[in-house]
Amino acid sequence: MLQIESLAKSFSGFQAVGDASLSVPRGQVVAVIGPNGAGKSTLFNLITGHIKPDAGRIVFKGREITALPPHQVSRLGVARSFQLVNIFPRLTVFENVQVAVLARLKQSGRLFTPARRLVVQETFEVLHKLGLKTSSDRICSSLSYGDQKVLEIAISLGSSPELLLLDEPTAGMSPEETRTIVQLIKQLSQREGLSILLTEHDMDLVFDVAQRIMVMHQGRTIAEGHPAEVRRDRAVQNAYLGETG
Amino acid sequence: MSMSWLDRSKEKTARVIPFRPILLVSLLGVAALLPPILPAYYLYLLTTVYMTALLATSLNFVLGYGGLLQLHHAVFFGVGAYTVALVLTKTTWPFWLAAVLAPLVAALLAAVIGWFCVRLRGLYFGMLTLALGQLVWAIIYKWRSFTSGDDGIHGIPLPGLVSSPTSVYYINLGVLVVCLLILYAVIKSPFGLTLVAIRDNPVRSQSVGVNIKRHQLAAFVLSGFFAGAAGVLFVLIEQSVSPSLLYWSKSAEILIMDLLGGMAVFLGPSLGAAILVVLSMVVGTYMDYWLLVMGLILLLLVLFLPQGVLGYLQELFGRKTVQGGERDAAN
Repeated sequence: MLQIESLAKSFSGFQAVGDASLSVPRGQVVAVIGPNGAGKSTLFNLITGHIKPDAGRIVFKGREITALPPHQVSRLGVARSFQLVNIFPRLTVFENVQVAVLARLKQSGRLFTPARRLVVQETFEVLHKLGLKTSSDRICSSLSYGDQKVLEIAISLGSSPELLLLDEPTAGMSPEETRTIVQLIKQLSQREGLSILLTEHDMDLVFDVAQRIMVMHQGRTIAEGHPAEVRRDRAVQNAYLGETG
Repeated sequence: MSMSWLDRSKEKTARVIPFRPILLVSLLGVAALLPPILPAYYLYLLTTVYMTALLATSLNFVLGYGGLLQLHHAVFFGVGAYTVALVLTKTTWPFWLAAVLAPLVAALLAAVIGWFCVRLRGLYFGMLTLALGQLVWAIIYKWRSFTSGDDGIHGIPLPGLVSSPTSVYYINLGVLVVCLLILYAVIKSPFGLTLVAIRDNPVRSQSVGVNIKRHQLAAFVLSGFFAGAAGVLFVLIEQSVSPSLLYWSKSAEILIMDLLGGMAVFLGPSLGAAILVVLSMVVGTYMDYWLLVMGLILLLLVLFLPQGVLGYLQELFGRKTVQGGERDAAN
């Protein structure tokens, strides 16, 4: 589904990502792990086109998407959620998701039809899946932090993606909220057949949901494979797993 | 730039008030009945209010809903007015053609200026609108052989049907109502929702597949179109044009109208326009310090009424309904 070949990006001399490689097979959950500053978020920004790489290739469904602008990457079927809550704070929960659905169905430019009558069913479907239907009329800045993170994922699903990128989906969440997210990731992967690429610091979560793991250290891929292989890998143990116990 | 007065939650509360449409329709009815009983001067004043309300609302479309720092909106107004003036004095084309052409020319100019501006963000966007706008002003000011320079163009010939004060009044009222209805529909459309989403979070909008530059450019062009329409109305009222129509201070005046009325409320800018037009006429008859008065208004506004007059009124209203709801729930 997604192949990344020796991607590199430096910011004014600092090599944030250098030689990162990765593949996400269709329908699988792949986790990128690594210490803070290993280049995980930069990797995500490169995939979604928010920043352009210096070298390397990104191929999605057999098509090269290296350096395409974000809205085009999104339209090809790659959606992302952000590490920090990144929603439309002054819109309602419903409208937050609706904006994404409208963009996917190329309806964003319609001028005279009232928006509240359009793509209602599609939007409610997403909200229903994520248990947000009851709060659909609320201004979303009034939601709890956990619900805002769920909404964050809901907006991504509004684009009806084939590949979903989740940047630390449980950062700052309570154990209970984390369990909800784990449940959600499993459902999206197993029932909806979504390919998911995620970064996460919570190792229990990673080894619970991921079918493949890629380990980044100082911008480089130092290991990639099945969780069991990665756990055994000497370089990984030295660089990362050893440190955190 | 943080714009805390743009709070859509207040819009939501307002929609609950049941008598708002009734109030608006009755206001419109009163406005339609006024010409026979109103003295000529007040008729003129009210006509100017309508024209200015359209201008202020067309700015608020990009400023309040689009979050675009359009600092030189008067350019499209002025170019609309000049298009009518030039067509009617230099060609034999009929008035209706000039009136249709003017908003289109303004929209075309907005497309050109906007094409450059949407590449920038925030204050840089604002500075570029100002710079390019002043460039247009300079061209009109200096190109004496074509535009008559700072003399302006006076005594623009209008067909009899649109030259009596009463007919001009009704045309202004009619055009205002139609244009506001269109703009309101656009704001409530997917286009409008997406525009607000881009204002709130451009990065995220891009991530869900919105081409934000193209979207903002389209909004910019639309707002230029309606400013151009207001320019046509201006020529109907004054039968003259001058470069001051598109000087930057005129843009500042429109900006203050939007702030004064309230940018989060659809009719806020119209109220702001009414207040400022009436005040400027009243102040203008007594002294020459209109700019000083306007500065004072701006100062008081920023300090005490950041959400604008209509925004404030709606807040009062909104609070009442919420409290009522809570009481009901308690019982």
